[in-house]
Amino acid sequence: MSQPGCGTLGGVLLTISTTVSPATDLGFLLHKHPDRVQRFAQSFGEATVFYPEAGAERCTAALLLDVDPVKLARSRGKGSPDFSLSQYVNDRPYAASSLLAVALADVFRTARAGRCNARPELAATPLPLRIRLPALPCRGGPELAGRLFTPLGWHVTAEPVPLDAGFPEWGDSRYVRLTLDGTVRLADALNHLYVLLPVLDEAKHYWMAPDEIDKLVRAGEGWLRDHPERGLIVRRYLGRRWSMARVALARLAELGDDTEEQLEPAVAEDAPAGETAADEAAEAEAAEAVEAEADGLGERPVRRTPLNTRRREAVLETLEELGAVSVIDLGCGQGELVGALLSRPRFARVAGMDVSPMALTIAARKLKLERMPDAKRARLTLFQGALTYTDKRLTGYDAAVLMEVIEHVDPPRLAALEHVVFGHARPAHVLVTTPNVEYNVRYEFLTGLRHADHRFEWTRAEFAAWAQDVAARHGYRVVFRPVGEEDPEVGPPTQMGVFTRD
Amino acid sequence: MISVPELSLVVLVGVSGSGKSTFAARHFKPSQVISSDFCRGLVSDDENDQSATPAAFDLLHHIVGVRLSRGLLTVVDATNVQYAARKSLIDLARQHDVMADAIVLDVPEEVAVERNAGRPDRDFGARVVIRQRKDLRRSLGKISRDGFRKVHVLRGVEEIDRAEITYEKAWSDRRELTGPFDIIGDVHGCRAELEALLAELGWQGLTHPEGRTAVFVGDLVDRGPDTPGVLRLVMSMVAAGTAICVAGNHEQKLVRALAGRNVKVAHGLQESLDQLAAEPPEFVESARTFMDSLLSHYVLDEGRLVVAHAGLKEAYHGRASGRVRAFALYGDTTGETDEYGLPVRYPWAEEYRGRAMVVYGHTPTVQPEWVNNTICLDTGCVFGGHLTALRYPERELVRVPAEKVWYEPVKPLAAPARDAVMLDIGDVQGTRHVETRFAGRVKVAEENAAAALEVMSRFAVDPRWLVYLPPTMAPSQTSALDGYLEHPEEAFAEFAEAGVAEVVCEEKHMGSRAVAVLARTPEVAAARFGVTDGSAGAVYTRTGRPFFDDLTPLVDRLREACAPLWDALGSDWVVLDCELLPWSAKADGLIRSQYASVGAAAGAALPEAVSALEAAAARGLEVSELLERTRRRAGNATLFRDAYARYCWPVDGLEGVRLAPFQILACEGRATALEPHAWHLSTLGLLDAPIIAPTRHVFVSLDSPSSRAEATAWWEAMTAAGGEGMVVKPAAHTGGRVQPGVKVRGREYLRIIYGPDYTESLGVLRRRFLGKKRSLALREHALGLEALARLADGEPGWRVHEPVFAVLALESEPVDPRL
Repeated sequence: MSQPGCGTLGGVLLTISTTVSPATDLGFLLHKHPDRVQRFAQSFGEATVFYPEAGAERCTAALLLDVDPVKLARSRGKGSPDFSLSQYVNDRPYAASSLLAVALADVFRTARAGRCNARPELAATPLPLRIRLPALPCRGGPELAGRLFTPLGWHVTAEPVPLDAGFPEWGDSRYVRLTLDGTVRLADALNHLYVLLPVLDEAKHYWMAPDEIDKLVRAGEGWLRDHPERGLIVRRYLGRRWSMARVALARLAELGDDTEEQLEPAVAEDAPAGETAADEAAEAEAAEAVEAEADGLGERPVRRTPLNTRRREAVLETLEELGAVSVIDLGCGQGELVGALLSRPRFARVAGMDVSPMALTIAARKLKLERMPDAKRARLTLFQGALTYTDKRLTGYDAAVLMEVIEHVDPPRLAALEHVVFGHARPAHVLVTTPNVEYNVRYEFLTGLRHADHRFEWTRAEFAAWAQDVAARHGYRVVFRPVGEEDPEVGPPTQMGVFTRD
Repeated sequence: MISVPELSLVVLVGVSGSGKSTFAARHFKPSQVISSDFCRGLVSDDENDQSATPAAFDLLHHIVGVRLSRGLLTVVDATNVQYAARKSLIDLARQHDVMADAIVLDVPEEVAVERNAGRPDRDFGARVVIRQRKDLRRSLGKISRDGFRKVHVLRGVEEIDRAEITYEKAWSDRRELTGPFDIIGDVHGCRAELEALLAELGWQGLTHPEGRTAVFVGDLVDRGPDTPGVLRLVMSMVAAGTAICVAGNHEQKLVRALAGRNVKVAHGLQESLDQLAAEPPEFVESARTFMDSLLSHYVLDEGRLVVAHAGLKEAYHGRASGRVRAFALYGDTTGETDEYGLPVRYPWAEEYRGRAMVVYGHTPTVQPEWVNNTICLDTGCVFGGHLTALRYPERELVRVPAEKVWYEPVKPLAAPARDAVMLDIGDVQGTRHVETRFAGRVKVAEENAAAALEVMSRFAVDPRWLVYLPPTMAPSQTSALDGYLEHPEEAFAEFAEAGVAEVVCEEKHMGSRAVAVLARTPEVAAARFGVTDGSAGAVYTRTGRPFFDDLTPLVDRLREACAPLWDALGSDWVVLDCELLPWSAKADGLIRSQYASVGAAAGAALPEAVSALEAAAARGLEVSELLERTRRRAGNATLFRDAYARYCWPVDGLEGVRLAPFQILACEGRATALEPHAWHLSTLGLLDAPIIAPTRHVFVSLDSPSSRAEATAWWEAMTAAGGEGMVVKPAAHTGGRVQPGVKVRGREYLRIIYGPDYTESLGVLRRRFLGKKRSLALREHALGLEALARLADGEPGWRVHEPVFAVLALESEPVDPRL
């Protein structure tokens, strides 16, 4: 019995029942004797296997997992900058998450491989099974659990768990009480759980092994390639990564015990999955590995140019038309536009400013700043700044670009941005792009604004009114250009204002 | 006797061996003397390595430049026998707007040769000295035209040895005049109004009974009806020693016109010329002499006050050069002209960050406004506006109306456009040391400032409202009492030990910390906070975020509720430290995604685990310990759920929202945060509105065991009933290393912080480290008070923002979030 550590202890429960005759053969298949209580140490706590019932007609094995959040936090290594309170108070001690998948893989290793010397024929035969998970975190709701397990031969009962019975207005929690009934090989059943628990959980990830891709391919053998939701499974299984940006901001958000605010990270608007080029490469590689395993099933759809690329191209084209030689990208993010500007020698001086140190670090890495040849490096300046503070470093450029920036500024603070850019920095040209909210009706699944951090999205008329006012106040002229496919009714997805100083 | 300006560049000139270094060592501090040999040594490890000379002079120029920009007298010890070398030093002095003096040490050739021969490190022989002497002889004839203020030539060893150095004050340096002053704006020939203003200020003839000194900001002349009368009066006051006057651009031009120079007669110059033509020539001549003698600016009152006609940026205070004079007379112009053909002025005052108050005129406005501790007093008297004076140090404005429009303005007088930003990146970025009057200098690390910049600019309210951020607060020392992590006794013991006699225990409301800045009217908000969008207040969180997307309804209701404070405080605005209830009003998303989720998962998982274990136990399996533990956990999960649920209640708009103010942070002229807590609580007790929640409290005499016991019982009853806990604070401001307050949180509340099962592992949890949290609490407290003091003193926005920003920056330091 391990010494209870500090913080939360808990009970993550998984039960597997069978009505095969004799039902106690389940003990042979799992390699765990029905009359014993067995304990297995895990890096984040302890797993116990016992049998609440072990009759000839019906036998149930239970895996009960104790999670020690402090051990869990430590197992994530010293490099983790997480000082947020959620490290100490979280659902891991109760919910059937990736940790349960890890414990299950460890405790039932042999069973999962389909080996059973005592009952080899039974291991190879589909058996009547019932699997219960009383608290399964299920992003996507009960319906997604059905979509994932039904094609594998399970009858799925997914009951939503209310968030708090005392506050019915809060609705359901992200957990479901899951019951799977089916006639399935035990090894397959365990592999289904091993892959799909983390896929459904999709929470902050607490471990990420380098051989994750191999593991997925192995555990998915025989069922993943034909699964109609294969794409989603692979993406989610590998897409879970600890977001550094979120951690850093979460720390500031919580401020001691006043856990009142959640700050969204500034980065990763267009790249929600991977934080770095390395991540993206890993993901592409993984997708390919699984595709190969799937034997070339399914055509890749013809991909349309993404909107952010079209936006960047529209900005570059406009800058060239204007004959700008020095350009500053205000709110440069991860440096995509800066990189594109640098690759065109006509832009002799390029600067990128962002308010997020994290974004700048990623930009420096993506632009390979440290290995950049001197001649190119000399054209580039990257620095942290904020558009609500006047800044001499913003002066002296032919053109300034505010690409998808203004909608991240609270409307009462727009006057400050206006003063800093149009009143103080005063470049000859200013390019402003922002979403056209009229176009939002064309996005099928969109509810609300396009990004959680958007403080507003404007119609074409609203943008035009703001831009005309700004231009008049500061001695600029402004013309408007559509970016992206222009819809006859609601206009383009992105609108651009091109300001030129009189 | 050699006299050099106090702040100047002194260039020594002389051949190798003429005794420059010896001379410099005798008359100046070692740190004031920068020698080329020293610099050569720094860049080559060999003071005589001539190949290092260019690099050595780069370094010398750099050091000299840094010293001059910091206002330090600097002496250059190099031969400087060639014009090019001297020219580059004169240019350097000009760049920093200081005068350069040359001191030439002219010794006979044989003396120099002999001295060099006596030094083993100078093996270059006589030829070098002979060549240098030739350069020097050639220089001496024309060195006076190099551009030095003065060239002091010392001939021969004896004269050099006898020389003494004395220092001259800069003409503009009148630091010894400490006032009080009446600083008077642009008069422009309005004699009657000037006499009326002086009378209003209490002047009797040429003197003031309280010994005040009048300071004229220039532009006494032109446009108005009686330029000679104004000149006569001001000249008499100056002669009587009761006034000083700086030059304005109109005096400058009038002097040139009177001297017969070809000037364009415009902007009211004709009026002056006509009026002076009717005066006796002796008067005209004395007026011309007077105006010609006027300086461009004065530095007064120990450097705390600078007066210049068109203002002066900090780098030019006390300096002397053509461009300093031009700035002082004409201001900083962009080189462009506006639609009226008038020069577009560069808004130097918006960027001004100096500590000295700068008072000026030149640009007529309707109403003088403080901008970063500068103020323009030209209220367009001659255009039918007012003649305005500033009483210093009182900072009071006194004005009299013009009798009539004496001169039609080219463009209508308007209030200056307000700066929507007021802050510069230089005010917050990088490693900073913020001076506080309560705990000395507080350092902010660069990376913390960077983190704060992101949060500040992405989420915070308008900085004009963001006048304070609350400091973090440490918990009491960890209790060893069975079942408790925190207990009142430790808090009482800590303060008693620090010598505090009385503390106040205040109920800790479980909501969200809120700072409420409230103005009586939008007009007050505009006048006091510079916010002109019609809003009259803001309520924001401890990271500076607004509480609601539209704050107006909340602000309006609070302004109404706080109406009794206007009279009680004698102020039209107030800053309150509060807790906004319920917790769920702001933290709804967090409660649902984190706390309620944990509760839901536990509630779903644990009962099933208990039944599974019960079934196993019924089969005779040995799971009793696990069963017992899991049952306890199920109980803890229920307590956890109850703990957070207590602080949640539904809110519909403002219905259900309550604000619990517990401290009055500041109001007009007062940083009230320093008042004793009894005052805060009794003053806040005046508020009686449904939206205001009272703060229950008890005062405790620490030397009385019964008083302590009573308070402990009070805390126990309150936390048993679900209260978060209490904050214990010294009853009156103590300062020093004493914590301004510590929190003592309730047993059940701590489940939210330490997790549902924390009571199972108190032994481990007691090993917590409070040092960093306590140190941060002290520093942030000092910064918060500093911000309030600066606000109350009416300091410029960037000065208030600096410590506020620093609080946010310190908060980005990683600290155990459970403390």
